[in-house]
Amino acid sequence: MLYQREVLDTPEWWQSLDQFIARQKAEHPQSVQTALIPVLHYVQDRFGYIPEKAINHVAQSLGVPTSYVCGVASFYSYFSLEPRGAYTVSVCLGTACFVRGAQAVLDEICRQLNVRPGETTEDGIFTVSDSARCLGACGQAPVMMVDEDVHARVRPQDVADILAEYTAKARAEMAEARATAEA
Amino acid sequence: MAQNAAQENDQITVTINGFEVTVPEGSTIMEAADAASIHIPRLCYHPKLSLQGSCRVCVVEVEGQRNLVASCCFPAVDGMVVRTNTPEVLRLRRDIVELLIDNHPEDCNTCERDGNCELQRLARDMGIRERLFAGERKRYEKDDTGPALVRDPEKCVLCGRCVRVCGEVQDAACLSQVHRGFDTVVMPAHNAPFSETVCTGCGQCVSVCPTAAFVERDSTREFLDALADPDTIVVSQLAPAVRAAIGECFGFEPGQAWEGKSFAAQRRLGVDVVFDTQFAADLTIMEEGAEFVQRIQNGGPLPNITSCCPGWIKYAEHFHPDMLGYLSTAKSPMSMQGSLIKTYWAERQEIDPKRIFSVAIMPCTAKKFEATREELFIDDQVRAIDCVLTTREFAWVLKHMGIDFASLPEEEPDSPLGESTGAAAIFGATGGVTEAALRTAYWLIFGEDLPADAIEFYETRGLQGLRRAEVRFGDQLLHLAVAHGLASANRVLDEIRAGNSELHFIEVMACPGGCIGGGGQPYAGEGELPLDEVKLQKRAQALYDLDAHRPERCSHHNPDIQRIYDEYLGRPMSHRAHNLLHTYYYPRVPLGIRPQEAQV
Repeated sequence: MLYQREVLDTPEWWQSLDQFIARQKAEHPQSVQTALIPVLHYVQDRFGYIPEKAINHVAQSLGVPTSYVCGVASFYSYFSLEPRGAYTVSVCLGTACFVRGAQAVLDEICRQLNVRPGETTEDGIFTVSDSARCLGACGQAPVMMVDEDVHARVRPQDVADILAEYTAKARAEMAEARATAEA
Repeated sequence: MAQNAAQENDQITVTINGFEVTVPEGSTIMEAADAASIHIPRLCYHPKLSLQGSCRVCVVEVEGQRNLVASCCFPAVDGMVVRTNTPEVLRLRRDIVELLIDNHPEDCNTCERDGNCELQRLARDMGIRERLFAGERKRYEKDDTGPALVRDPEKCVLCGRCVRVCGEVQDAACLSQVHRGFDTVVMPAHNAPFSETVCTGCGQCVSVCPTAAFVERDSTREFLDALADPDTIVVSQLAPAVRAAIGECFGFEPGQAWEGKSFAAQRRLGVDVVFDTQFAADLTIMEEGAEFVQRIQNGGPLPNITSCCPGWIKYAEHFHPDMLGYLSTAKSPMSMQGSLIKTYWAERQEIDPKRIFSVAIMPCTAKKFEATREELFIDDQVRAIDCVLTTREFAWVLKHMGIDFASLPEEEPDSPLGESTGAAAIFGATGGVTEAALRTAYWLIFGEDLPADAIEFYETRGLQGLRRAEVRFGDQLLHLAVAHGLASANRVLDEIRAGNSELHFIEVMACPGGCIGGGGQPYAGEGELPLDEVKLQKRAQALYDLDAHRPERCSHHNPDIQRIYDEYLGRPMSHRAHNLLHTYYYPRVPLGIRPQEAQV
């Protein structure tokens, strides 16, 4: 998960987490367990999932046993304990998109990224969503989404260019992070 | 009578199955039914733990309620009409247990619980004679990485007792229920192997587990192999608490000590030399007593905290790394005995210690972990203790080898590491180490014995989780605390950390009741729940009776103790005693986080 490690996992962010935890503790003086959910949201918002390292850190700073943090983080379906990519790619498989060839687009994405639906690429840049039903853009079928960006009337031969655009963005962020770290 | 009581404000009357019963206000339906001699089946419920109400086995019908309610956590109210055994209740309850059974391996014939299983008994009581639901069953790997305990999630029924005992009684919170619905599983943080967690190995999860989702790591095979090897000299020791409980595995009622039979049984297994951990318990008192007196006279560090309990030691290393300096450096009796077997005894017998297989029969699962601590080894190749059997494992080996325990004669342990005083016997009950230490500390300070009528310290006995006592020794008032259950220990350690403690001596035992309630003791039987206080009291009484009937009741009067100091050790805390009988502790990762800190 190169992207998460290089771009998201910064000392500044962990400092901001500590500040956030301190605020939550102050707001919930009666029960730090109440503060656990917002803190887990804070972590998930950053990484797209909750890394083991963050669970240990949150448990220590909040004073909640690590096993309990694991219990809470694994209970709610919103939280993911599996790494997520920097970008989530989904292809609409609703009726309209499906009859216009969405499955071929999804297959091409998976082939190029070498993952199955639901999985994350090794470089941590893409997660391919395993469930997207009608996105409400049937007029532009087949539709592919990368995070909030909608790509309309996608053909399998368009996939490479679309993915390249986001890969380039992510690589640029990684290069910048590396430069900052060296400086 | 019942009507009069009902008119008082704090009493309510409930009708259960047509019978009226009057109980204190605030009682649950289950408590009211118990008072009316009506047994409602139960699984996740345990009187010492918080209410979870998750298994639904205890459902009953309440007039005016649309659905059946869980009687363990549903409050009874005045005038309530409850039915616990209508055809519908019985059918639904049976379905609930059937669904649990369906999601459980079909291996009762080969299971470690040996027919002593709450789930199996429930199935019998429900009248389940076939499997009606054949659905998907959960599949998990066993975790057998821990030196003390094995976790087998396939056998788990998610009653959550282990999670609660670990978090509420032991303050370790090693376990939690993780994931959701069908995928829920009890595991340590990150599903880490037991060996990499804060697990203390106390085995209370084993005690309270209704099935075999937690069991001790099996050591019976290595023991049987050693017995069968003609070149190996098998030398054994038996902890005080084992003799107070082993008979329960053979149908005896608790309350007596099966001491002589236990020694006889080991000889009939083929154990070459039968020693007694109680000898080393007397030795522990000599060393720990001398250390305690030295700390009092030299101004600290105080309080002196006992170090006999391996669960407590590992807990302190995870959760109180800043307090390790207060712990007595004395090894536990088991490890002292193991050291002496392979040094003192081996030298006198001119036996190569490598040929000795040293087995300890313990009420404890954490002792299996203690035996693997490298700093307690004799050297790189020789361990002080090669194998630890729990009371349960010992009973199984006896059955396996065809020893008829009930008809065995009473025998004595072998010399020179077998003789013990009454002070050693009471080590097995909470407060016993303190009492034994006081008897010898007095002698160490004043050079004379306590008066015969002052030898018993009733203020340190009993089952209250944390007990305090003040004992006057001449012009010095000693402040003592006795804790059992690690949550109780935390209360007193917090006082020390806050700097407002006058305590001189603290005894800590991880298990409720001390070693007599150890995680390796016989399972609760038919109609009983684990951690039953009456049973613990009976086991303790058996040890106090042993003490009362011993000719010598102070450790320093043990003639073999006097001899080993004369011949070998010199005096307590000598250089050689330090090498063989003392140890050190170190902080462990992961750093422990206590559950109650979460509710500050």
